[in-house]
Amino acid sequence: MTTTAPRQNARDVSRAVSIDFDGVGRAFAPERGSGAARPVLRDIDLHVEPGEVVAILGTSGCGKSTLLRITAGLDAASAGRVRIDGSPVSGIDARTAVGFQEPRLLPWRTVHDNVALGLPRGTPRSEGAVRVEKLIDLVGLGEFAGHRPREISGGMAQRASLARALARNPGVLLLDEPFGALDALTRLKMQDLLLDILSAEPTTVLLVTHDVDEALQLADRVVLLARDEGGEPGATIAQLLTVPGARPRDRGSSELAELRASLLDGLGIDRHGDGRQPLASATAPRSL
Amino acid sequence: MTYQSERDERAPGVVSVQGASYDTTEARPGRAFLARGTGRLTSKTWFVLVAGAILPILALTTWTLVSANDLVPSSRLPSPADVWFAGVDLAERGLLASDVAISVQRVLLGFGIGAALGLSVGAIVGLSRIGDILLSPSLAALRAVPSLAWVPLLILWFKIGEDSKVILIAIGAFFPVYTTVSAALRHVDRQLVEAGRAFGLGGPRLFATVQLPAVIPSVISGLRLALAQAWLFLVAAELIASSMGLGFRLVDSQNNGRIDRIFFVIILLAVLGKLSDSLVGLFERWIKRRWT
Repeated sequence: MTTTAPRQNARDVSRAVSIDFDGVGRAFAPERGSGAARPVLRDIDLHVEPGEVVAILGTSGCGKSTLLRITAGLDAASAGRVRIDGSPVSGIDARTAVGFQEPRLLPWRTVHDNVALGLPRGTPRSEGAVRVEKLIDLVGLGEFAGHRPREISGGMAQRASLARALARNPGVLLLDEPFGALDALTRLKMQDLLLDILSAEPTTVLLVTHDVDEALQLADRVVLLARDEGGEPGATIAQLLTVPGARPRDRGSSELAELRASLLDGLGIDRHGDGRQPLASATAPRSL
Repeated sequence: MTYQSERDERAPGVVSVQGASYDTTEARPGRAFLARGTGRLTSKTWFVLVAGAILPILALTTWTLVSANDLVPSSRLPSPADVWFAGVDLAERGLLASDVAISVQRVLLGFGIGAALGLSVGAIVGLSRIGDILLSPSLAALRAVPSLAWVPLLILWFKIGEDSKVILIAIGAFFPVYTTVSAALRHVDRQLVEAGRAFGLGGPRLFATVQLPAVIPSVISGLRLALAQAWLFLVAAELIASSMGLGFRLVDSQNNGRIDRIFFVIILLAVLGKLSDSLVGLFERWIKRRWT
């Protein structure tokens, strides 16, 4: 199957594309000497529908960022493959755009010029300028287009970074803990902003996060990556939950509270709950 | 006083204000007040200019007094007036203009060639691991060769013409640029480079968009050092083999016992060096404001 699908008119709603993980694994070469390779990820099988928002949860070091980097083509899988819109990823992929944990803006460029960096190559100048302005307005930085990154706050820089990713017109938007470095209140505002952005610029989203609430607020489905203690080395999909309800969701709903409990248990977090036994109590008895 | 305690965290007992260190173990409030006071004064442009001129004026005064009272024979220390008239005399004979012109031309040519080569080689070594492995040991060895050691070889190869001098100056200008550029490129924020790659940039486009702008301030610092080196190597080249230029005027004056001219040329070199350095310094400040 060739991918000459009509993606020229990429600003359509139809630009969102699917992602398939076929037995993806990644092992890193040993630091030194000829020791065995260190597996980080193994046997990741997942199909993501076009336009779906999937959150990847996991403890730090479980390989969730690695999975995202493989999807972006910044890293290569050592087993299996990732397909975007049916065709395998090899190298940096023009159909994806990455929002990093840090804004990673070029300090010598204005916000406007940083966002313009995301435009696909060959975009006509005037068309690009219009698009950049529209995106800057969308993320609420209209007044700051001419500012340099050091002149704006961390949250604003992260919004600029998001606009830069969107400028690429991505079929898949990859977000690597995009709000992880922000304070709690700004993070909540950014989550709402992301939902607004996605309704204006719909696309498939893979969102790496360590924040259970963020995952439940933003995602259609949540993937929990975890290692199998005592089993094979390397993390794989431990839980795959479908989050009910249309976004934006009530942050205090009881339905979400149950999912949150299940995910926290999966992450090995003691909820200090209301006396209900944790779901994994059979394998991890709580001590007095 | 928050001002005080902030400083104390970094270096207990010592407050450092604009390069000067004050012991804070005694009379803390007074010291802090003093430090703050000088801090304000030292940021005033007129103060910087006046304070910078104090030492030269003091030296000139001492010099005038010493020679006016014949404390040192004028064959060893000419009076400031003698030196001034030696300069006027050189100017009237047309020698001053031609000496300065040829020396400046050599400096600019050598500096331009050396800096351009330093930029390109520094880019290769700083950006490519293989370039680093292949080139940097040899370049480190070449840099260790004292500048004057090149002179006999250059004269044999290129004769006593412009080429040999320009090449020597280019060698002098090359290394500061090469060193700063290659080191700066190696330390460009990896995250920025990766972001550039993630947005489809690679090769020359990545270099022009991310790496080169990131090292611009270092490049300017390297150029400034290189310019100073260029003047150094110019005089070295002209002292040894030339028939024109400021270095030649020094040797010529030495042979003719014209100590007044020697003084004049030395002062002229100081002024020219400082002037060119200040020009690059202004450029550097402008770039840093714009870039960071």
